[in-house]
Amino acid sequence: MDPPSSLKLLGSWADSHTHRVQLALKLKGLEFEYQEEDAINPSPALLLHNPVYKKVPVLLHSDRPVVESVVILQYIDETWADNPIMPADPFERAVARFWCHFAEDKLAPAVGAVFSSSGEGQKTAVDQVHDNLKLLERELRDGAFKGKRFFGGDKIGLLDIVLGCGSYWLAVFEEVMEVKLVDPGTFPVFHAWLKDFEEQNEVKETIPAIDKLLEYARGIRQMMLSLSNGTSTTAPAAAGTTSAINVAVDGRSG
Amino acid sequence: MADQKSKGVKLYGTSFNGHTTMVECALRLKGVAYEYVEEDRKNKSEALLKLNPVHKQVPVLVVDGKPIAESQIILQHIDDVWKDPPHLPEDPYKRAKVRFWADFVSKKVVPIMHTIVTLKGDEQKTAADEFGGYLQTMEDGIREELWTGGPFINGDNPGLLDVVMGSSYTWIKFIEAVAGVKLTKREKTPLLCSSMEAFVELDAVKELMTPPEVLLQSRGNPGAKTTATSDD
Repeated sequence: MDPPSSLKLLGSWADSHTHRVQLALKLKGLEFEYQEEDAINPSPALLLHNPVYKKVPVLLHSDRPVVESVVILQYIDETWADNPIMPADPFERAVARFWCHFAEDKLAPAVGAVFSSSGEGQKTAVDQVHDNLKLLERELRDGAFKGKRFFGGDKIGLLDIVLGCGSYWLAVFEEVMEVKLVDPGTFPVFHAWLKDFEEQNEVKETIPAIDKLLEYARGIRQMMLSLSNGTSTTAPAAAGTTSAINVAVDGRSG
Repeated sequence: MADQKSKGVKLYGTSFNGHTTMVECALRLKGVAYEYVEEDRKNKSEALLKLNPVHKQVPVLVVDGKPIAESQIILQHIDDVWKDPPHLPEDPYKRAKVRFWADFVSKKVVPIMHTIVTLKGDEQKTAADEFGGYLQTMEDGIREELWTGGPFINGDNPGLLDVVMGSSYTWIKFIEAVAGVKLTKREKTPLLCSSMEAFVELDAVKELMTPPEVLLQSRGNPGAKTTATSDD
């Protein structure tokens, strides 16, 4: 087994997929070097190691790249066996992978849509988020995760990491957009899980402070609104905004 | 033969559905006995809706009463439960590469296949070129990261990526016939062609490889409505 100092992570500070990998490495007690990437101006290293998507996160292990956060998490778990992230049981592994895919394919885009829309469009997006959360809530309350503290059981696992690193945007968007996304009355189990998750030491060390996230989100929202008001119509700005939102929120990064 | 624990295995699928085919191929390659339940896309059974309430789609694999949905997840699960013969490499780095490319097929290759048949003229040609580009990207990646001489991506025996691409082969031919475009060229993507051509000849899966002519008869020209390869 290689010494952990052979690990390097290319990431972005406000990118939830980067946080997933940082959290996993922390949970495994693995040291790594970190390189901050600018989504709009990827470094030569990023382009070299992720030529297909040109996005963070990229984990370099002895200079060999692993790309796509859920792939990276499984790679980390299979390479360093202590403090497992994946469930031991094959069926539970399949269930975890299913909901990870759900988080990336359904929930994250819906949350992103809330942020990038307004008026009727936003109402539709909010309803979409609620529909998705209802499915998760049901699974937590009555389904595969019934009675568990975390999706991974007593400890944080793959699905906690994937859902948790991203769910903090819910609170941020609630404040910036003045919408209610996770009402504790409607989603009591999900809400309780999220609070518990966010209290874990490794999570607190990974996720940026809420005021930084709020500032970031407000900045992007401002840019978007000024673009749609026609006060700024330069293509690079638009691309940068979209890129920044995508990096921050959803499955558009690795 | 596989370490077949006594498990009740049931597959809910739809004929002429690429995702169902992938799962059936994997089961057969592993020598797993299973019951097949044909679902009507337009009239889904209560059982299916209960087993996959989130997406309400085939394929769903039920193992000892426990349902798993989504073809990529099912394929990994099959490999997890029935370990012999292995469909994923032992080395974690190579496993990561296989997972990456399987995800790439889902994210890029399959969607563009849906798109090609709905377009016409120049737009269709552009979409076909996009498909070709994705295959080239995959070919280059496989050559660099996974290939050990073939005929399969997994080596002497088929693995997960061979199942995914091999099951898609007939659909690629179908789209070529319907759209009048050439999608795969051996000189450009010899490794992928080697994998797919060897796959469709395997005894274990031969009867699942529906000839494009039969697909044409059953699906006709999808035209504006594409459900040919949907996880539907």
